[in-house]
This record gives sequence, structure tokens and C-alpha cells, in this order.
Amino acid sequence: MTVTDAARESVTSGLEQDKKDGHLSVSHLNPPPSYDLADHPVPTGREEIWRFTPLKRLRGILDGEASDASLTWDTTLPDGVTLSTISQAEAREIGELAPNDRPSALAAELSGGARLIDVPAEAEITEPIFIRLHGESVDDLVWSQLVLRVGKFAKATVVLMHTGSARYSATTSVLVGDGATVNVVSLQDWDDDAVHLGRDSILVGRDAEVKHTAITFGGDVVRLNANVEYAAPGGSAELLGLYFADEGQHLEHRLFADHNQPKTKSNVLYKGALQGEKAHTVWIGNVLIRKVAEGIETYEENRNLVLTDGCQADSVPNLEIETGEIEGAGHASATARFDDEQLFYLRSRGVSEKEARRLVLHGFFNDLIRKVGVPSLEEQLTATVEDELARNVLRAGQ
Amino acid sequence: MSTLEIKDLQVSVSTDDGPKEILKGVTLTIKDNETHAIMGPNGSGKSTLAYSIAGHPKYDITGGTVTLDGEDVLAMSVDERARAGLFLAMQYPVEVPGVSVANFLRTAKTAIDGEAPKLRTWVKDVNAAMGQLNLDPTFSQRNVNEGFSGGEKKRHEIAQLELLNPKVAILDETDSGLDIDALKIVSEGVNRYREQEGKGVLLITHYTRILRYIEPDFVHVFVDGKIADQGGPELAEALEANGYDRYIKANAAPA
Repeated sequence: MTVTDAARESVTSGLEQDKKDGHLSVSHLNPPPSYDLADHPVPTGREEIWRFTPLKRLRGILDGEASDASLTWDTTLPDGVTLSTISQAEAREIGELAPNDRPSALAAELSGGARLIDVPAEAEITEPIFIRLHGESVDDLVWSQLVLRVGKFAKATVVLMHTGSARYSATTSVLVGDGATVNVVSLQDWDDDAVHLGRDSILVGRDAEVKHTAITFGGDVVRLNANVEYAAPGGSAELLGLYFADEGQHLEHRLFADHNQPKTKSNVLYKGALQGEKAHTVWIGNVLIRKVAEGIETYEENRNLVLTDGCQADSVPNLEIETGEIEGAGHASATARFDDEQLFYLRSRGVSEKEARRLVLHGFFNDLIRKVGVPSLEEQLTATVEDELARNVLRAGQ
Repeated sequence: MSTLEIKDLQVSVSTDDGPKEILKGVTLTIKDNETHAIMGPNGSGKSTLAYSIAGHPKYDITGGTVTLDGEDVLAMSVDERARAGLFLAMQYPVEVPGVSVANFLRTAKTAIDGEAPKLRTWVKDVNAAMGQLNLDPTFSQRNVNEGFSGGEKKRHEIAQLELLNPKVAILDETDSGLDIDALKIVSEGVNRYREQEGKGVLLITHYTRILRYIEPDFVHVFVDGKIADQGGPELAEALEANGYDRYIKANAAPA
């Protein structure tokens, strides 16, 4: 067989594969979803999706040892919301989104069952659903599988809070019915030694609106995927993120907006700050505009504020476009230090350097905190940002 | 009482070709209740004078002294200078995203006074200052200088001048980019400030237009980093008629 034939064959089989999934094409940057662990081999670190992650610090999670440890669950479920446990098979039946990397595939394989949070159709849940997850020790290896299902025309806010420590790998599916409005917030406030590999995949129904916010302060290594795809035209997704990396922390946020339906929208804004030796953040913003996805609109933005020497912020926006018949597509990425002109302006009004830095950083995160849309969280987030600052930037006074 | 005394001030900036001297020995004293206008062509060093007094890190002071009521201004940090009673209204005020005008003003006032202003009177004062400068009450909720028009930026600078009420105000081309109505509003604000006892004003401008509304006691002509001529308000009128050509030519002539 000649090389050309091989290429042709692989293209043909690729197209067939696509047809089978109802998709016309595949992403070059994101492996196709699969439950088969053979499709997600142990990474070497050279793979596109693993090249930024410090594999040695994952404490063996990717080996995929069985474990029945779990985090403790403390939930606040407003009336009308139910929490139940279902089997892995049932999770697939109700349309859970298949894993697209090794940790999520392992979580789906080893979780022993999924938790299902159900918001019935047309229910308007005004109070947030709180899910407080706590781990006792980094010795615990925890596999977790979660499905959030929000029925047609329902409205709900779900806040997941992670504290304590664990080696935690979770696969989460957010299934959003037609016309529903859903706000999901995932807060990572882990202890210093925790390792968290998470994948949140969101399926957006027709004309539904979804907001997903990842807020990461704690943990030794946190690597989160937030993926969006659309079940029908007209859906929109806003993906927000806020992270603050201290000395030695690796915080990685990977976004994938898969515009597989026409007239859909995605809007991504992630903001981060870094301080201290070897603080490392990674932001990957992948957007795929498939051939069918005419009339879509997408924008992604990542901003990083580097507060001290010795930090590294990687920021990679990727746009794959297979149709030009769109409303708009754009991205922006900027990584900078404190702006001397801003500090000068504030100080020329008598504000001390320390206070000026505090004010600029507060401002940097403030618009994002306001966008999260969970009033009861806003104050806590502002306070946490200020605590983080007090650790380093404000101490130095230089 | 307040006296800002500038003696033989020499300032340079670093460039790719090494340090470049911008101010070549400026001597100027602003006493109580005096308004000094500094006029000069572009690039003469007017703004450098303003920013050097305020302490911008870009400028290296290579000689001379600046004192405020005998205190060594050059030894102070930027914020110490402001707390000592200096204020700089900037030509290009800087955006501070995410920080509301209300938060900014309160933080600045607290820093200047050393204690938080009394909430009730403060809100009244802020609203009054905004109103007098024809700024909408919702202005306080906007982020500092973000999306402000040129006129709004300048009016916001003057609102700060009135609320922070320094000893000496340096106004760097506050008139640039203002239409006549905005210029009048801004000038009225400056005049309200200087009607108070013991305030000094250093007004930097390229044009004589603003001097019709803010009448100076002294006019200094700035050319090539030095004061080339000085006099009373009549000097501004002469400049209006003849421009800076005479000074630029004199300066270009071999020494």
C-alpha cells in the first residue's frame, strides 16, 4: 500500500466515523470521546493535551488503580431537586457525555456508579444547589462520576465546592434541556497537597443558556477541562474562570467549545494571577467551528497578571474553523505585570503602593466575580482573593 | 500657607542612546494664593516638570531641589508627595479596570486624610462635586477612566482636585481636548479651588484659551527645558498674538 492510499483510507474511515457520530469532522486538538481505556493510553507528556501537565506530580492517578474511597458529600438541595445514585450503565443511557481523556475515562470506569442531580423540567430553582465535597487526605484516591440533568425550560444554579485533600479524578456531565438556564460554579479551594483532575462536559439544548465558572485557588496540581457541545441550534455558553496560583502550584484550565450546531454561541473569559517561585498556570482555549456550524459566534479571552518573579503563565488560544459563514470568532490573550502607570496614577492620589496594588488586583478580578452571578459567593470570593494577596504581594511592599 | 519652591531642577530620561536631558535648570516659586501658568511649545519639557514634581519613576532628577513648605519633596515617594499636599491633574488619566470611581475616591480621601471620611457628609460631598462638574450621579459607579470621554476624564480630574483639596495643584494640559462648554465647567472647578485661602496652582498649557477663564498671576514661557521668559498675564496676550516663534528662534541661535 502506498502512502497516498493509506492517507486516503484514513480520510475515508475518518469521514465514516464522523457520519456515524452525526459529526462532519473531528478536532485536530481534542481526541474523540471514548469509554475505551485503550483509546486513552498512559501519556508520555509529549501529547498535545498533556504537554503542559507535570505528570510526575499526579501521584499515580493515571495508573488507574481501583479505589472505593470517596469525598464526603454535604449538599443543600432546594425543593424540587433530587440527588440519587445510578449505575454507570444508567449514566450512559441518560446521555452522559463520554470521557475525552484518560483521567475521565478512568473515573467513568472505576467510579462504581454515578451521582445524579436532577432538576425537573420547568422547575425554577431560585436558591443555589450547593454540593460541598471534602477530602480527608491525599492518600485517598477518589474516582467520581456526576451527572447534572436540568430539564426543559428549568432554571438552576449549582455550586460545587472542593476542600481538604485527595487524589481526585472526576467526570461530570451537565445535560441542559431545551430553553433551560443553568449556572454551574466549581470552586477548588483544596489544601496544598491535593491533586484534582476534572472534566466537566456540557451539552447545551436548543436555545438554552449555560454559564460555567471554574474558580481555582488551592491544590498542588489542578487540571480541569470544561467542554461545551450543542444538542441543537440556538444554545449559548459562557465559560468563566478565575485562578490564583501561589508558589509551586500548577493550575491548568482547558476549554473546548465544540460548535457542532448552527447559530450557537460561546464566550470564554478566564483571568488569573500568579505569585511566588514556580507558580505555573496553563490556559488552553480550544474552539472548533464545524462545517455545519453556520451563523455561530465565539469569543475567548485569557488575562494573566504576574505578580512576582519566577512564575510562568502559559496561554494558548486555538481556533479551528471549517466554515466561514459565521457571525464572529475571535480570541485575546494577555499576560502582564502590574501596570506602572496604573500604580502611579493611584499613588499620585496619596494611595500607598501596597493599597494601590490591592486595588488594581481587586479591580482585575472584580468584573469576573460580578459575572459569576451567585450573590452569596461574591463576598467570599472577594475575601479569598484578598487573602491570597496578603500572602505575598502585600507583604513585600516593594 | 503653602510654598512650592523649585530650584535649578534638572531632569533626564533614559533612552536607547543613553540619558537625555529634558529639564535644564528650572527655578520657580509658587506662593500662597498664586496661580502660575507655564506655556510652551510641544516638547519643551512642560509635562516633564509636572511629572517630575509628582515623582513619576520614568524621570531621573539629576540636579536641583523641590520643596513644599520647606520639606524635601524629592526625598518623598509618590504617595507621600500627594499626602504632603501636592496634586497632579493628568493630561492622560489612566484607566483602572474594575475599580469604581466611588471606591477610588474614598480610598484616595482616606489615604490623604489618614482616616476614612464620614460616610454621610462624604456621599454628599461627592455628589456635590460631581454635580458642579456636570457629571451624572451614576458616574461614581463607573470604573475609573474606563470608557470616559476626553471631557469626562478631565472633569473627573477636577472633581478629585476639589474633593482631595491639596495645597498645590499642578494641572497638566487640563484644557486639551475640551470643547468650550467643558472648558468653562473645568475652569469654574479650578477657580472654586483657588478661591480658598492659601492654595497654589501651576497650570501647564499650550494655548492661551484657558487663561481667559483661569487668570494667572504669573506667566512663564518654557522653551527647551528652561524658562525663556516670564511676566504677568500680559505675556500670555503677547503669546496669543505672536506665538512661540520668537523664543524658539532665539533658542536655536548659537550661544
